[in-house]
Amino acid sequence: MYHVKKECVAMILAGGQGSRLYALTQDMAKPAVPYGGKYRLIDFPLSNCVNSGFDTVGILTQYQPLVLNEYIGNGHPWGLDRVHGGVHVLAPYESASGKSWYTGTANAIYQNISFIDRYNPDFVAILAGDHIYKMDYSKMLQAHKQNKADATIAVLEVPWHEASRFGIMTADENGVITEFAEKPKEPKSNLASMGVYIYSWQTLKRYLIANENDKDAKKDFGGNIIPDMLKDGCKMIAYHFNGYWKDVGTIDSLWEANMDLLNPNIPLDLHDHNWRVYARNPVMPPHYAGENSFIENSMIAEGCNIEGRVDFSVLFAGVTIEKGATVRDSIIMPNTVIKSNAVIEYALVGEGCVIGENVRVGERPEAIEDKESWGVAVIGHGIDIAPNEVIKPKAMISENK
Amino acid sequence: MAIMSNNMLGLIFANLHDETVPDLTKKRTMGSVPFGARYRLIDFPLSNMVNSGITTVGVITKSNYQSLLDHLGSGDEWDLSRKTGGLGLLPPYGQVGGGLYRGRLEALHGVENYISSSNAEYVLMTDCNVIVNMDFNHILEYHIEKEADITIVYGRGNYTAAQMRTKTAFGFDPDGRINDVLIYPNKEGEFDTSMNMYILKRDFLMDLITETASRNLYSFEVDIIQHRREEYKIYGYKYNGYYEQIDGFLSYFAANMALMSVERRSILFPQRRPIYTKVRDEAPAKYGIESDVCNSLVADGCVIEGKVENCVLFRGVKIGKGAMVKNCILMQDTEIGEKCEMNYVITDKNVLVGSYRSLFGTEDYPVFVGKGANV
Repeated sequence: MYHVKKECVAMILAGGQGSRLYALTQDMAKPAVPYGGKYRLIDFPLSNCVNSGFDTVGILTQYQPLVLNEYIGNGHPWGLDRVHGGVHVLAPYESASGKSWYTGTANAIYQNISFIDRYNPDFVAILAGDHIYKMDYSKMLQAHKQNKADATIAVLEVPWHEASRFGIMTADENGVITEFAEKPKEPKSNLASMGVYIYSWQTLKRYLIANENDKDAKKDFGGNIIPDMLKDGCKMIAYHFNGYWKDVGTIDSLWEANMDLLNPNIPLDLHDHNWRVYARNPVMPPHYAGENSFIENSMIAEGCNIEGRVDFSVLFAGVTIEKGATVRDSIIMPNTVIKSNAVIEYALVGEGCVIGENVRVGERPEAIEDKESWGVAVIGHGIDIAPNEVIKPKAMISENK
Repeated sequence: MAIMSNNMLGLIFANLHDETVPDLTKKRTMGSVPFGARYRLIDFPLSNMVNSGITTVGVITKSNYQSLLDHLGSGDEWDLSRKTGGLGLLPPYGQVGGGLYRGRLEALHGVENYISSSNAEYVLMTDCNVIVNMDFNHILEYHIEKEADITIVYGRGNYTAAQMRTKTAFGFDPDGRINDVLIYPNKEGEFDTSMNMYILKRDFLMDLITETASRNLYSFEVDIIQHRREEYKIYGYKYNGYYEQIDGFLSYFAANMALMSVERRSILFPQRRPIYTKVRDEAPAKYGIESDVCNSLVADGCVIEGKVENCVLFRGVKIGKGAMVKNCILMQDTEIGEKCEMNYVITDKNVLVGSYRSLFGTEDYPVFVGKGANV
């Protein structure tokens, strides 16, 4: 088949397990984790691609890909069902040389060199599939071209005390990266890599092949590709990003990222018609706020039926809150039912759960003396909690109770 | 569903009944009248057809159809973007001799080629003024069982004289065959009235179209159902389920408000037979710190910071701080300023109501604010 040349192909790394989200990532990869009332994490990089004019996207999957595959489908919700290009889910495969599982981020791209080469691109964007942010990659690509760079890495200024959690770039006054350190104990800079890279494809390809042939090398970007390129004097540029960006690696950060949507001071506006975040839309009627409902400072998706009290919470599509139930400071994922008089506080409740009558899930931090034992309570997908049960703060429930 | 559903060709008349809600159809067809916070009226017949296994649907339009075309697109939201069949948009002047029609028969004559190119055995025709979730296979089964020439779906109800001015009522023999037809009878009482859904054989319909065109007959109701009820076996299929029929502004208002009932919503929007509509990619609705909402339907994209009671809020509606909105239907992207007071108001799309304004209608005479108005 004839393939139209594309200037830039985007590759989204979506194989991550997200093991620290344990109960929520038992059956799905981290990029498929629900967020913000109607999205899954991957909607953000995908929508960024579309809004940036990138119409050729490869999604690299590995861990529990079923939910993600089904969700992406033919890419129609993102306008990525194209005649030329479009979205392609790229699972690891067995080839004549016997290679199979992706052994690292660089190896995943290496194994899909032939996919990228079909479009004969000048540039490749490598993107994480599980970060929440709105970013115009086309501006970054423009900067990459103007700088005649080999690699452009998006960076974010983080508080110094958090810098040791990130891949840290040191750059000179022209933005040229001079040093890179993965999670340094004593960071020399507070410019953190966002996991958004643009490479000149032929250069990257050379390094990917060399990396693959080096038996001792780590097969990921942070471990070897970036340090090797730096060592060889490649032109690598730090591209500053100032907007909202969140990596939701932990339960706390996933909870926080949802709560950020309710905070008018946080610059992540999902209602912005000039930069829509696309998602596969559920087919459901509008949500209904009942006669006795009380809803304040919350985000509510379509298909919900609310007869109870909802405060500082995010409700996904098709959630039912029965009479007398209270949901506070919590995130309730699609099609979950909260039965009457149940109280949910500081909790993440997965998809398709049934929380029985009078159940108590979580607790406000103020109500607890031993702050060490406090945390957001998590109920995994499809879990039923019997009436009158008490689920403690910080609990992680992955079996029916 | 045992029946060979693909034996049916669906035809939807998007412009019929426009005159019953002239304010709402000034710039659109009856089929594209917004309803229920996120739908257009045509979503109901269209989704019912798709859920009944019909995969070829023609939409017949006459005028003002730009919003309809925009809504339907290629039909993919209804799963009707297909290699064979799928959605067919049939505007006037679409074939030689076609033009602005005077009635249903003439409209059918204008799309004769579309109907003849189908190989379906039956044709199911519906209008857009009925809100219902219905499996058309039951009607087809009944039609076949009665060996009818035409089967018409009807419902029974109590109506005022004014309502009956827009309805067709039937009388039946003991077998259910229609033996009396009253068109727009203008008297109050309990009637069996047409839901404007018909099933008949495609060959039979083709013959009817050709023959009536040559005699310059154009009304299906008058020239066929009324005048030929003795010649043809015309049966009524009684629909006992819940439905709403729009016959004027008040019934449009009431049909929207009827959705506040959990039971009715579960009948109209069951999980297994969803009503599809165009996707708008809006974020979930956002409730502000001082919002107070009860007994209301809210679509995605709304931002609510005021008080809302007994309202239907379409996608992207914004309610300012301190506003008090009661018994209103606010269509897409309406913005209500701070401290506004509104009661019994219907706003069309993109209406802007400035801060501190008050608008009051009454239960029997809701105020209507036209598309794009700036109050």
